[in-house]
Amino acid sequence: MTAEPQTILEVEGLRKWFPISRGLLRRVVGHVRAVDDVTFSIKHGETLSLVGESGCGKTTTSRCILRALTPTDGAIRFRTETGEQVDVAKLPKAGLRPLRRQMQMIFQDPFSSLNPRMTITDIIAEPLLVNGVRDLETRRRRVRELLDLVQLPAAYMNRFPHAFSGGQRQRIGIARALALNPALIVADEPVSALDVSVQAQVVNLLLDLQDRLGLSYLFVAHDLSVVKHVSDRVAVMYVGKIVELAPTADLFTRPRHPYTEALLSAVPVPDPRRRTGRIVPLGEVADPANPPSGCHFHPRCRYAVERCRVEIPALRPMADDHLARCHLAEELNLAGVQEGHPPATT
Amino acid sequence: MAEPILSVRRLCTWFHQDEGIVRAVDGASFDLEPGHTLGIVGESGCGKSVTARSILRIVERPGRVESGEILLRRPDGSVVDLVKLDGQGREMREVRGGEIGYVFQEPMSSLSSFHTIGNQLIEAIRLHSDMSKKAARDRAVELLTLVGIPRPAQRVDSYSFELSGGLRQRVMIALALAAEPRILIADEPTTALDVTTQAQILDLLRKLQAEQGLAVILITHDMGVIAEMADDVVVMYLGRDVEQGPVETIFHDPAHPYTRSLLQSIPSVLAEPRSRLRTIEGSIPHPYARPAGCPFHPRCADAIAGRCDRSLPEPTHLGARHAVSCFLYGGSGVPALPAGLLERAE
Amino acid sequence: MSAAISTAAAPVTTAAEEKVAVATQLQLTWWRFRRHKVAVASGVIVLFFYLVAVLADFLATNDPYATLAARSYIPPQEIHWFDADGSFRPHVFALEGKRDMKTFRLVYVADPEDKRYLELFVDGYPYRLLGLFETNLHLLGLDRGAPEEALFLLGTDQLGRDFWSRLVLATRTSLFIGLAGVAISLFLGVLLGGISGMYGGWIDTVIQRVIEILRSIPTIPLWMGLAAALPATWSVLQVYLAITVIISLIGWTELARVVRGRFLSLREEDFVMAAELAGASQLRIIFRHMVPSFLSHIIAAVSLALPAMIISETTLSFLGLGLRPPAISWGVLLQDAQNIQALAIAPWLLMAAIPVIVVILAFNFLGDGLRDAADPYG
Repeated sequence: MTAEPQTILEVEGLRKWFPISRGLLRRVVGHVRAVDDVTFSIKHGETLSLVGESGCGKTTTSRCILRALTPTDGAIRFRTETGEQVDVAKLPKAGLRPLRRQMQMIFQDPFSSLNPRMTITDIIAEPLLVNGVRDLETRRRRVRELLDLVQLPAAYMNRFPHAFSGGQRQRIGIARALALNPALIVADEPVSALDVSVQAQVVNLLLDLQDRLGLSYLFVAHDLSVVKHVSDRVAVMYVGKIVELAPTADLFTRPRHPYTEALLSAVPVPDPRRRTGRIVPLGEVADPANPPSGCHFHPRCRYAVERCRVEIPALRPMADDHLARCHLAEELNLAGVQEGHPPATT
Repeated sequence: MAEPILSVRRLCTWFHQDEGIVRAVDGASFDLEPGHTLGIVGESGCGKSVTARSILRIVERPGRVESGEILLRRPDGSVVDLVKLDGQGREMREVRGGEIGYVFQEPMSSLSSFHTIGNQLIEAIRLHSDMSKKAARDRAVELLTLVGIPRPAQRVDSYSFELSGGLRQRVMIALALAAEPRILIADEPTTALDVTTQAQILDLLRKLQAEQGLAVILITHDMGVIAEMADDVVVMYLGRDVEQGPVETIFHDPAHPYTRSLLQSIPSVLAEPRSRLRTIEGSIPHPYARPAGCPFHPRCADAIAGRCDRSLPEPTHLGARHAVSCFLYGGSGVPALPAGLLERAE
Repeated sequence: MSAAISTAAAPVTTAAEEKVAVATQLQLTWWRFRRHKVAVASGVIVLFFYLVAVLADFLATNDPYATLAARSYIPPQEIHWFDADGSFRPHVFALEGKRDMKTFRLVYVADPEDKRYLELFVDGYPYRLLGLFETNLHLLGLDRGAPEEALFLLGTDQLGRDFWSRLVLATRTSLFIGLAGVAISLFLGVLLGGISGMYGGWIDTVIQRVIEILRSIPTIPLWMGLAAALPATWSVLQVYLAITVIISLIGWTELARVVRGRFLSLREEDFVMAAELAGASQLRIIFRHMVPSFLSHIIAAVSLALPAMIISETTLSFLGLGLRPPAISWGVLLQDAQNIQALAIAPWLLMAAIPVIVVILAFNFLGDGLRDAADPYG
């Protein structure tokens, strides 16, 4: 255990299956394998991004880690402030409370994540209040600090959420998540509901806060461009499984899984000079209730061979820290994106 | 330069609400050339969708086209001003769906769940032609083939809820093309879709345009989509077209401070990992708190005090097809309307 | 990077914006409700009716229970506003009953010589104001002689009881039976609906089935059965309470469904999850986050449930299943207007329907307005 002292979270063999019930007696006829054998770890001060298309299980994974959902199987080992490792997956609900302080969440929707009937002070101070900070003045002082941290004027303290724009609300949500000095922040699509010009502000804020407070982020997103700007490492998910996990630059320039290649080539690049041929996978994302045999991606994969149809590939290490779940990972030479500045910033 | 097939001139669409008048579109002008794709890009509240709805004359109450011209040029050379037509009238209904097809963001709410997609297609085909039912059905299958729906002969009898998001959007495009329009308006056609599905739909739109010689108005908030798809670009901010020009110029030689900042604030897969983004100060004003003068001046780093906050810049031509509404490039201005609400609605 | 800092600069806001920014839910609701003119007017009407109900005895002119065969079926009386000299002195003429020898009906002839002047704040029959203070002060009376002898603003019924006074007292009964009924339904509805929505599982299933069974029972036969089961020896007050309970036993189901639905949808809200992740207790989540979020919906639901209760009471009493004389309610009064003979002779008895219609309409408009305003964030 002491071999990797800097790891804050280790997820191993995480599974979350949702039963499908049919008929009058609600008999379980099958399972949606929303998350199926997911393993990864996050180091202190690091950002790991989970990316994938809708239904790939990235949000379910994040909810399991926070125990908003109870996992079907697997271990979620979280290293607490005192340095001991606790398996969040197996804790009873009551035992979770002390851990909650150290793991917080930033939500996607800046509108539904703030109670419209509470003032900003009450919203940000709630985690303090329910964790035993009884003194009103102490709470107000902390709220002021937090507002300053997320770059909102303290004059806004007594306002209600309806007075704020989407970007400002997201800042308030971030302040609430930071109230208890957590070590790990799970950010579920924190900027996807924001306008481009505001998105940039929040992305920068998240990066600044990480540098100042030494936070670790689990960043759940579908937008690969944003992911490139925030992550140290990226895990690509497809139908409940991680298909590739690698340091950011490595993954973007030299993907080892055909799905990652397809995702990268599908992202529209904001430069009309780079209108190049795309590698678009055929067909639709597989159904997690009834995934294809073998490699789940094989029906859409242009490199698929017979072996992919029958044998489930393992997540295997490639060079330096690079994992891929593909039988052909070593043989294929897949196209990534070229590093370099987009035209307008030069 | 070919004669534009559609010209919008000083279009104003306002919403008369209890709190006052929201000037959703406030003097937008642009031209659509035959066979071209015109991209309209902007953040929320910029009026891009209302512009599309104004052209189709389907602005929801309490909104109303106040003034301006929407000139549709017919193949015989005649020109009709859509603003002068009765929005519910027979002539406008023939334009809408006949001469101008349209695709919206939410394919689920635009398709009926009570009729098969075939019946909806047949209805759309027969509405604008006097084809027999049998011939219309053949045409429906042909359209589904055209938009790349697998097994069209069977799918013609399925219901919209049986299809995935990507297939539904393809059906929407087939519906839009049913009457063989010369113009297609696509309002955020891929926003609700995953990135690989988005790539498929964009490819389809490009292929159809080349094959059918359509003129397309593509409305989106995604600069990447614009860069990939558009020939010409209109950048909108708070109801006004602040800059327009060929896509190459807009991305590689942008003139308006807003366009420049917007391009710099986009996250890109080409960027360095963990690099900060350039931001635009502040946030988009609330529609009721519209700034006086140039709508962008409170967020503009180059604003000229006493000028940008006093009067509205008129478009200045920087090239044959490149125009910008900004005092930095000289140009005349009109005295500004008062800030915020125009007047109380009675 | 530095650009983002400027968002922290002191905001320049107008006083009006600041007012909206710090407005509570109640204020926002009120601002929105205020714009709904019909609802505001209806609210005033409803308040007016409840004021009448509270001050019923004070507003009544005659003892509503005082019977006299000689005053049977007096038509609504004419008020003369000006005296012979043109001065403003409202008065009525004393009436003299004569038997029409052809029809054998009592015919009342006004005696223009015997003027009885109307006066404010006069003594009349004794009653308890607000159920507390013994008094005999009434708003309206006559300068001489008991009002029972000469003042019949809306006429009398068959037993010679003053219809105006009875109508005012009926208003009290009918409006308060609604309130009491709604209070009981509200308690049951919020409690059971809340449990159902919050805990789910088998408790939810049981409560939902009970609701479905209760709603599937045809109400009128049920009421008939229950009303028949009430002992005849019970006092008016006991019957009154029993009827209230019977009505609310059906009424709670609708509210329970509203509450359950709100709980289910709120449980999925991000801000509830945020509170849970912060470590807030179940109780805090329910009372700090969830209840305030649907309180406004409950108020709207109540304002729509009240008229239903009033109608139920009126219907029951009209059919003779609810309150029975000597109790006075709108339903009891309408029961008097049930037979065609009474109607032919005394059509004014139908006037009891007017307050019913006005109050029900006002409640419905008020409820609509409240419902629209209830969710100022929606």
